[in-house]
Amino acid sequence: MLRLFPAFTLILMIGPVCAGLIGTILPGFGYLPALGGDVISIDPWRDLINQPGLGISIRLSLINGLIATLISFLVVILFCAAWQGTRIFGVMQRLLSPILSVPHAAAAFGLAFLIAPTGWIVRAVAPLAGWERPPDIVTLQDPLGIALIAGLVAKEIPFLLLMTLAALPQADANRTRHVALTLGYGRVVGWLKAVLPRVYPQIRLPILAVLAYSTSVVDVAMILGPTTPAPLAVRILGWLSDPDLSRRFLASAGAILQFVLVMIAMAIWWGGEKLVAWWGHVWAEGGMRGRRDDTVRSFAAGTAILSAAAVFLGLASLLVWSFAGYWSFPEFLPRSFSLRLWMREYDMLGAALWTTLMIAVLSVGVAITLVLGCLENETRRFQKPGQGAMLLIYLPLLMPQISFMFGLQVFFTGIGLERTLISVVIVHLIFVLPYIFLSLADPFRALDPRYLQTALCLGASPARLFWLVRLPLLTRAVLTAFAVGIAVSVGQYLPTLLIGAGRFATVTTEAVALASGGDRRMIGIYGLLQMILPFAGFALALLIPAVLFRHRRGMGNRNRI
Amino acid sequence: MRAFFAGLSIVTGLAMAMVSMPAKADPAPDIGNWQSVLDQARGQTVYFHAWGGEPRINDYIAWAGAQVQERYGVNVVQVKLSDTADAVAKVLSEKTAGVDDGGAVDMIWLNGENFAAMKRNDLLFGPWAEQTPNFAYVDVEGKPTVINDFTVPTMGLEAPWGMAQVSFYYDTARLDSVPKSAQALLEWLVKHPGRFTYPQPPNYMGSTFLKQILTELVEDPKVLQQPANETDAKKVLAPLWGYLEDLQPLLWRNGQAYPQNGASLRTMMADNQIDIAFSFSSGEVSSAIEVMELPDTVRSYVFDKGTLGNTNFVAIPYNASAKAGAVVLADFLMSPEAQLRKQDPQYWGADTVLAMDKLPEDMQKAFADLDLGIASLSPSERGTVLPEPHPSWMELVETEWQKRYGVVQ
Repeated sequence: MLRLFPAFTLILMIGPVCAGLIGTILPGFGYLPALGGDVISIDPWRDLINQPGLGISIRLSLINGLIATLISFLVVILFCAAWQGTRIFGVMQRLLSPILSVPHAAAAFGLAFLIAPTGWIVRAVAPLAGWERPPDIVTLQDPLGIALIAGLVAKEIPFLLLMTLAALPQADANRTRHVALTLGYGRVVGWLKAVLPRVYPQIRLPILAVLAYSTSVVDVAMILGPTTPAPLAVRILGWLSDPDLSRRFLASAGAILQFVLVMIAMAIWWGGEKLVAWWGHVWAEGGMRGRRDDTVRSFAAGTAILSAAAVFLGLASLLVWSFAGYWSFPEFLPRSFSLRLWMREYDMLGAALWTTLMIAVLSVGVAITLVLGCLENETRRFQKPGQGAMLLIYLPLLMPQISFMFGLQVFFTGIGLERTLISVVIVHLIFVLPYIFLSLADPFRALDPRYLQTALCLGASPARLFWLVRLPLLTRAVLTAFAVGIAVSVGQYLPTLLIGAGRFATVTTEAVALASGGDRRMIGIYGLLQMILPFAGFALALLIPAVLFRHRRGMGNRNRI
Repeated sequence: MRAFFAGLSIVTGLAMAMVSMPAKADPAPDIGNWQSVLDQARGQTVYFHAWGGEPRINDYIAWAGAQVQERYGVNVVQVKLSDTADAVAKVLSEKTAGVDDGGAVDMIWLNGENFAAMKRNDLLFGPWAEQTPNFAYVDVEGKPTVINDFTVPTMGLEAPWGMAQVSFYYDTARLDSVPKSAQALLEWLVKHPGRFTYPQPPNYMGSTFLKQILTELVEDPKVLQQPANETDAKKVLAPLWGYLEDLQPLLWRNGQAYPQNGASLRTMMADNQIDIAFSFSSGEVSSAIEVMELPDTVRSYVFDKGTLGNTNFVAIPYNASAKAGAVVLADFLMSPEAQLRKQDPQYWGADTVLAMDKLPEDMQKAFADLDLGIASLSPSERGTVLPEPHPSWMELVETEWQKRYGVVQ
């Protein structure tokens, strides 16, 4: 039974993922008979290379993706190093976790309303400066993409932090840290030298996921990023939705290029890792204890708090907008408030929330079952999945989603499953499963085998071992994976719309359609509504271990940090 | 395509075997026999893929759906899109997969370039539109765009749904007088740099602005009605590029960044970032005032030499599941009753495609009695309606614009 899990997972993924790939690669080389392309050619590539500003688009995708990932990583690591085990750490953990449930687009809109020349910050200063008109300055969509990096960092810090938190217990971080402190190391240096080398391998995959996401992001880039020209992924989206259908060939070539860019970004990161590992070795052996690290510690706390504050203030602005009457510059608050739009959307809400919840719970439930089954199979048989299988699972994260979608549609239409709940759940699974794998694989593999050996010695069967020892030890990691999965599922717009053929109206499909009308009030309402389900997921992920283990001190510790 | 599909089916042999395609071929309705169309339509569900960005429009579609359900037993579901391209992609993917019957999209709200592309690639069902009963009321003589979508003859492949005409708007609390021609706009911007912009092409509204300028500056507007490759395109476009050379540095943020769509122009107006904006209907401005997106001091106007106008349509994909139901819905959308409600700014505020003199008297009176809203232009205030250029001009302008202004770094 158990040995079927990897095979079954692969079967579920192979069809759609290959279809998505084929649907991108063939048109990328001129083959799409429905549009009259029936010979293989490199014309799409010639066309792509001739696009004005392509080099800048590539630079924006690659460099900004790397910088955003690096900053998010550094902030999280420094913050953990500086504050793990303190009260501030607990508070920040509780503050940052719910941010993960904020949809990327909502966070970006919120941030935009803070830092735009018409945003809250300028409005706060305007009366003092005597501005009646917003200053004509570029704080959003700046040519270097700094606003875009900021938006990505604010959203990725919570994700990486949560992944790190799930990894810490397996790295035995607390005791290691204490030993380092006892040996006279400063907090930060002690952590970096003793804990980080154990934690890093566990959060490596999530970091690469962040890197892939930042390099190919579309929604955040459309709101905060430059447009003259835009990063590559945004331009691909433009080509794909061009009324001139022949641009799809160009778009497909662009998508392949985008995939290569993500690979290059990963190679650069991997090279960086090697370099740092080599240098870190020397550094660790150098014996520097770094006892005076107050500045570093304040800096780490400062940046973490700043990023959380930015998202929360952004959310507050969405909330205010959703109730706003007429609100012009430079008024700090709207002239009037109104419940009108909330009332108007009320009727539709219940149904949309149910549909969203149903799809999310089904796809996440299946994903967690499959991933746990695969991991359990792997531990019992001492076989790691092959590289090819892993690549297949992570592919959906590496390709721009939109370019993947055409092949997926053809596939589901071809097997006659399009427009059914099954196909929508499967297509969500394709994007949810990699994240569940990311969240669970490393904590699962890092479990101390001695617990299991002890249980085996006491005569427990492998099944009993799984249910009574392994799973409880992994409660926190499983629940975190569950919450992450819910957030990923709820956020899916294109797959839900296209594979479901519009038959499944979720909070997100409604939100994105309405947001295209540009009324900030609707954007506010739906940004907030999109948060509800993932937020509930994260709340449960925090609450359940607390309730479950209230009478088991050791377990409580394992599942706390 | 067969190779592509065979490849897929090998990969998914198992899954394929498990499911069988339900054959629900819907015989093409016989439009000439209206009663048979109604009979065939009863009980069908029409998935109407339409832009869903405006709650008022969504409400209007829901109302029309309820009416059609009550009268003809046709169920209507709006699939709310953020971009019409998604519906086109859906039909294209079905064609690729060989699903020539029982498709997911029954009707699409579209016009212009999307129509031309779908027509060119044989993705549409028809002709049907001109044989429906209510087409008799459509103003074919007075509004030639109801059968020529961006100069491309519709040939009954889509039914007119509403009229659109470019109108500019400004806040009377901020401006006393406004520039009413391309040249005047340029001169005004010299005195008020940074107070105007247009959405970044190829956004629809941005490209429309460029076409408006082009139409006004071109020596002989008639050449724009022909495909661009049949003329000396370079020479025709020269005045536009000359004009933009002067205009670009005077735009908001010196033309280094652009808003992304027409809706952003409204936001920028409300935020006092620009002084003059434009939209495809003055009714849209009235409704924005009503929902407090714009201050109630905003008013609309048009250029002296006229502004571009076109028609929105609904079309039925070649493989739609509920063709008869879609035809019945489209026919209802052209009915005097539905058009009257559409023009009422309380519900939508978009202009009718019907000819007043063809309507029964009570309907004529009802149209005449409509309160068009505070910032809407009456038909007499709208001036000349300029025809849209052939879609090929838009492609040329967009490509060249991207080269000249799309890369500023």
